[in-house]
Amino acid sequence: MSHLDQLYQDVILDHNKNPRNFGRLSPCTHASHGKNPLCGDDYWVDLIITKDRIEDIRFEGSGCAISKASASLMSSTLKGKSVQEALTLKDHFITLVTQDQATDAKKALGRLAIFEGVKKFPARVKCAALIWRALEDALQSSEGQVTTE
Amino acid sequence: MRKYDFPIFEHHPDLIYLDNAATTQKPKSVIDCLTQFYQNDYATIHRGVYQLSQAATQKVDDSRLATQRFVNAQHVEEIIFTRGTTEAINLVARSFAATQLKPGQTILVTELDHHANWVPWQQIAKEKGLGFEFIPINDRGEIDLEAAQKMIKERNVGLLALSHVSNALGTINPIEILIPMAKAVGAKVLIDGAQAASHVQIDVQALDCDFYCFSGHKCYGPTGIGVLYGKKALLKAMPPYQFGGDMVETVTQGYTTFAQLPEKFEAGTPPIAEIIALKPALEYLQGIGFLEIHRHEEALLIQATQALQAIPDLQIIGTAAQKAAVISFIMEGIHPHDIGTILDAENIAIRAGHHCAQPVMQHFQIPATARASFGVYNTSADVDRLVAAIEKVRTIFK
Ligand SMILES: Cc1ncc(COP(=O)(O)O)c(C=O)c1O
Repeated sequence: MSHLDQLYQDVILDHNKNPRNFGRLSPCTHASHGKNPLCGDDYWVDLIITKDRIEDIRFEGSGCAISKASASLMSSTLKGKSVQEALTLKDHFITLVTQDQATDAKKALGRLAIFEGVKKFPARVKCAALIWRALEDALQSSEGQVTTE
Repeated sequence: MRKYDFPIFEHHPDLIYLDNAATTQKPKSVIDCLTQFYQNDYATIHRGVYQLSQAATQKVDDSRLATQRFVNAQHVEEIIFTRGTTEAINLVARSFAATQLKPGQTILVTELDHHANWVPWQQIAKEKGLGFEFIPINDRGEIDLEAAQKMIKERNVGLLALSHVSNALGTINPIEILIPMAKAVGAKVLIDGAQAASHVQIDVQALDCDFYCFSGHKCYGPTGIGVLYGKKALLKAMPPYQFGGDMVETVTQGYTTFAQLPEKFEAGTPPIAEIIALKPALEYLQGIGFLEIHRHEEALLIQATQALQAIPDLQIIGTAAQKAAVISFIMEGIHPHDIGTILDAENIAIRAGHHCAQPVMQHFQIPATARASFGVYNTSADVDRLVAAIEKVRTIFK
């Protein structure tokens, strides 16, 4: 597969076209807004967390295929996971798209590992990582708070 | 084939460079001029009693004369060297708008303008209690001349600052209509010529604008060098923009007298090599001639516009009657960034984003566009490759 084919795999194109868990959650317990000012990628991520478990997660916004598919796949993976599990996956994901030796991360990420191809496109790493950064911010900054935005 | 004049295409024979509105490649004459100056002739200017320095000073003076001819300024001291268009506009914002405009007066820009011709005015306006407004555009990306007339008449306009050519859409603005409109109410006019200098002949006397600025790197010259033209009487009345060496006459503990034009606005050691290498860039353009440049780029623009319009689900943003060779476009369901990545894999360099013109994007209610902008070295075959690559984008995203 060419680098380009590895980047734009069918799963990614499908999640771009038909994003899962798309929309806002209101009310929610945790939320954050992620933006790439240069390219205009712009997403909200909303979560409902009870007893440390992600009961529901949704995202909304606009951006390129990579950022949108990343958000869609993240949201479908994280439902039911604990906060700690989510943060660990986030670390693995960042490793996957930025580091050359990412065997452990790949194993832990399961189907999210299809984003490995992004590594060959340095300009696009931030697209794939944006929603995970927003997730991290949501989990850390609004811990336990209710937002109804 | 003008590509032969540009060494970059020897190193990247397959490169289709279509990001000329961001910055242009450099002809060999410019690169050689920079290298020769550093290798054989390098010295500082003005201060030296030695021959090398005198020769460097002479070269800088020659470059200023070449620039004067390029924009057809009346006096050579009306040419101020800056780091680029951005610094030239900030200079006028600080030294002219902040000191000469009165509270209650308005600075007018247009909805098309680049952030460089937007934010400096907005900030000075805030600081000094001036008005700041923009003239709207229509859905073709042309300035609404009726609105312009009305705003210029009613808003107590002290300064109209607008681009000659829009970087986001390519619109060539009717500045020959807007300048007299503003002057009729006593307003001063600054033209941001960053996108114009490589495409159209500039004649500041015929235009009768008060300030005109452009960047070397967008017209085949070096980075780090730009030009501010200003009318002599205005420049004389303006205080310096920055203070330091080279811009003073006498310095004591209590006071300083400033140098004459143009040095008054050129504090510190300037980018000497870049100033000198601006001359071969301007001469390169004049060597081809703006009539020929227009003929060449207009043909590319027409070819590309027709080909892109024929692609289903592709929409060109900016369809002004008068356009430079810039095409902004969007594709249904495909983000400009993805277009840019796929084109890059085909060795085609375009720009994807808001092009530092967020108000334009807001007008069309889009986050970004893909933009192909053409220069003297682009060919009809480049357009064919662009079109084929866009078809590939469609196949991937079908
Ligand atoms: C219309 C316009 N104005 C101003 C600028 C700023 O030029 P520079 O970055 O060279 O200062 C640009 C460059 O992007 C431009 O296109």
